[in-house]
Amino acid sequence: MSTLTPPPTTTTGGPRPAAPPARPPSRRRPARTRRRWFGVLAVAVALVWAFPVYWMLNSSFLPYNRIRSPEPSFLPLGGTLSAYERVFDSDFFSAFRMSAVVTLITVAAALVFAFLAALALSRFRFRGRRSFILAVLIIQMIPAEGLFISQFKLLEGWQLLNSVVGLSLLYVAAVVPFTIWMLRGFVNGVPRELEEAALVDGCSRVQAFFRITFPLLAPGLVASGVYAFLQAWNEFTLALVVMTRPENMTLPIWLKTFTEANRTSDWAGIMAGSVVIAIPVMIFFLFVQHRMTSGLVSGAVKG
Amino acid sequence: MRPSPTSSTSPAAGPPAGGAPAAQVAPRRRRAGVLPYLLLVPAVLVLAAALGYPLVRQAVMSFQEYGLAQQFGQPPEWVGLDNYVELITDSYLWTVVFRSVLFCLANASITMVLGVALAVLMTQTGPGPRLTLQIGLLLAWAMPHLASLTVWQWLFEAQYGVVNWVLVQAGLEQFAGHSWLIDQLSFFTVATVIVVWMSVPFVAFAVYAGLTQVPGELYEAAGIDGASPWQRFRAITVPLVRPVLLIVGLLQIIWDLKVFTQIFVLQDAGGVTADTNLIGTYIYRLGLGEGEFGLAAAASWFMLLLTVALSLYYVRVLVREEEL
Repeated sequence: MSTLTPPPTTTTGGPRPAAPPARPPSRRRPARTRRRWFGVLAVAVALVWAFPVYWMLNSSFLPYNRIRSPEPSFLPLGGTLSAYERVFDSDFFSAFRMSAVVTLITVAAALVFAFLAALALSRFRFRGRRSFILAVLIIQMIPAEGLFISQFKLLEGWQLLNSVVGLSLLYVAAVVPFTIWMLRGFVNGVPRELEEAALVDGCSRVQAFFRITFPLLAPGLVASGVYAFLQAWNEFTLALVVMTRPENMTLPIWLKTFTEANRTSDWAGIMAGSVVIAIPVMIFFLFVQHRMTSGLVSGAVKG
Repeated sequence: MRPSPTSSTSPAAGPPAGGAPAAQVAPRRRRAGVLPYLLLVPAVLVLAAALGYPLVRQAVMSFQEYGLAQQFGQPPEWVGLDNYVELITDSYLWTVVFRSVLFCLANASITMVLGVALAVLMTQTGPGPRLTLQIGLLLAWAMPHLASLTVWQWLFEAQYGVVNWVLVQAGLEQFAGHSWLIDQLSFFTVATVIVVWMSVPFVAFAVYAGLTQVPGELYEAAGIDGASPWQRFRAITVPLVRPVLLIVGLLQIIWDLKVFTQIFVLQDAGGVTADTNLIGTYIYRLGLGEGEFGLAAAASWFMLLLTVALSLYYVRVLVREEEL
């Protein structure tokens, strides 16, 4: 259909016809129907993509007899919250506390460290700057899964196995390269001239920075913070390796243990557990995602 | 952020990596002194401690006999390249490597194709459908990995999973009670569905963000010149979002090569470990499972080199095109 667009009658350099209404009937209608079909397609893809999330929510409300029936229930009508009670009766809260503390430490440390580094990279020219940027890029290629043996031995040697500090240390290191990369893009985006204007107006360099540049960087800091939050909140492998005692489980490990224990008996409970872990993250994420993508792209594309 | 149209008159001039950005970030001579180095110290320290040191230690360990006996106090013995020789001569390693590379390339390319297609779709629809699509993708993107993995296990559950139910409704009776994880091929089908489902949103959003930065005048000019949609896509869109495609493609390759959680969890849910190991789970089982730390360390280095080799092309292009 789209290939049937009429041949271009307008000559390239010629003056455009003064009265465009002559064209639309033949030109615009296919474009409009095409657009409509694309719209239908987009909505269809959205439904397919969101279905697992809906299914998680739906299943978490279903009572036992309806979740295990030959005919799936597509709506949780007459549902129950009992699955959530079972979740909260398990050691969910201890895992929640562990995840919250580790995540908080990771976000705070990663933000401070990465912010300082990004500032250095973006605002100063110095020897080794290029190599550092390159290193940051390459570090991200180190497969974490290839390192966890010696990270395990490292924490074992420092008596940091099963400790919040140990796990946070690994998380900060895992997150920092990317947050540096991201923040660098944001700092580059704040024109230095703004700071210099403030200097001319009699601010000190530090004042100029905190009054002018820092507020403009807030969105970047939020975006990077959320990135660090998501990584630490969701991380599975290192937590599995390093937190060997059940009382030190983080939420992902808890969910896996809970799933293993209830796979044959309580899918509603398992789905409720997934909901409880996912919902806060999703809400958080929906607010900031566009900043994250634009930050990523601007950091990636523009010097 | 700030648009930097180098030359909006020549559409096919390629990404704006020419002279202008270099001039923008041009070194403004300021005597830096030690301040920038001080600013780098915390980041460097934490990276050195948690990544650098383990990396070195792993290199050392890979040349040692480091098994269970050494775990319990016996000093490790230097064995030269023995670990590497043992690994490389073991045909199982090559099976795993081949499987991993295949899995990585399949997943990365499916993800890229779907992601770019959806990004283009976003530019072609009205605000309503676009927002719907974006929300659908966001929900998948924001799901914590473990939660999505758990949900997918439930979807593919043999007795009461909705996937089998749908397939049976569609007339494929053989899927009644079908266990997806036991057979190698269907195990990796499930894994691919999950990995692609999780990764497409990121690609779609990043590419869409790139697409929205392409100035509309370029398309108008091309339209006046009579370029077909496909020609416009080839001559304007692709070159201008090339840097985004490159970095996103690179990340996909890196991520898909080291897929761990998905495989690990699915294995525990019923997959046959030996048939379904990828490099990550192989190293894990070798090291923490069997206590063969020396061998596992050698395998890790092998994996690292493989990743670098696979992504070398991308890194070179990135370094060349980017004004660091």
